[in-house]
Amino acid sequence: MKRYQNLLLLLAVAALLALPLRIVKKPPTTHGAPASLFAGSDDQARDLIQSIAPDYKPWATPLLQPASSEVETLLFALQAALGSGFIGYYLGVSTTRARMMRATDTGAKC
Amino acid sequence: MHIMEGFLPVTHAIGWSIASAPFIALGLRSINKKISEHPEQRMLLGVAAAFTFVLSALKMPSVTGSSSHPTGTGLGAILFGPTALAPIGGVVLLFQALLLAHGGITTLGANIFSMAIVGPFAAVAIFRSATAVRLPFGMSVFLAASLADLMTYLTTAAQLALAFPDATGGFPASFAKFVGIFAITQIPLAICEGFLTLVVMNALVRFNARELQEMQVTPRSGVRA
Repeated sequence: MKRYQNLLLLLAVAALLALPLRIVKKPPTTHGAPASLFAGSDDQARDLIQSIAPDYKPWATPLLQPASSEVETLLFALQAALGSGFIGYYLGVSTTRARMMRATDTGAKC
Repeated sequence: MHIMEGFLPVTHAIGWSIASAPFIALGLRSINKKISEHPEQRMLLGVAAAFTFVLSALKMPSVTGSSSHPTGTGLGAILFGPTALAPIGGVVLLFQALLLAHGGITTLGANIFSMAIVGPFAAVAIFRSATAVRLPFGMSVFLAASLADLMTYLTTAAQLALAFPDATGGFPASFAKFVGIFAITQIPLAICEGFLTLVVMNALVRFNARELQEMQVTPRSGVRA
């Protein structure tokens, strides 16, 4: 069990993320607008602010708006790639170091 | 949990920035001290930052039919203490505010407060309580990371409810509405965050046992790998 724990954990994450894609049904279209599925909760919060305080005007706008959703996806992918690349590099260094330390230990005992 | 640019009244934006500032200063001091005493921990600090970078970029679908993202702050908080995450989370949020139009400069203070202060402090408090009552190490890590994730989103809901109280029900009614958007969506994602944090922690325990013992994350004797 311990040996396969990480594999099982990753499978559980994959299952938790795949499940909603199967079980959530697309809501019926309302007010003629196409209903969106899996919209960001940040956007829903913004819509709720506008329904609670319809007179509220945002007093600042983002300095840079990604030119399109493709560009936005690129930047998010870049963010994830940089982070996971570094973690992967560090784990690689650590496993190699652990293996070499084991090798010197057993070598010293001979 | 990103409150969008301009979507907090000026007084709230300034208030949350003032509230977050001392934690950033304390965090920078704590990181400098740790790195000058233990230069070999610099890479692990990078891992903690990278983990937050990755997880906050992953928008995941949830059973409510909306998407949200984990925060990734639990791992770093358990490794380096709660204040260290304030500047790290701040950098991640600044990157997203400047380049991705996610969050914003005016709401940076509030977003840092929920993701990089409340979350990490919750993670450390839960991790220490869980180990104090002798829960297994893995369970403690899982609980700390996933509940910290939820606490971050509850904080965002409270911040928005404070800024935009309901016309009739006031703060409680508004809080309930924002919790309805953030918290339910977040439950499965918080569980994912707990699992993913445990995956990385398991790898660190196995291959970096000595560092983790020095950092007093795992007990000195008998590391469970």
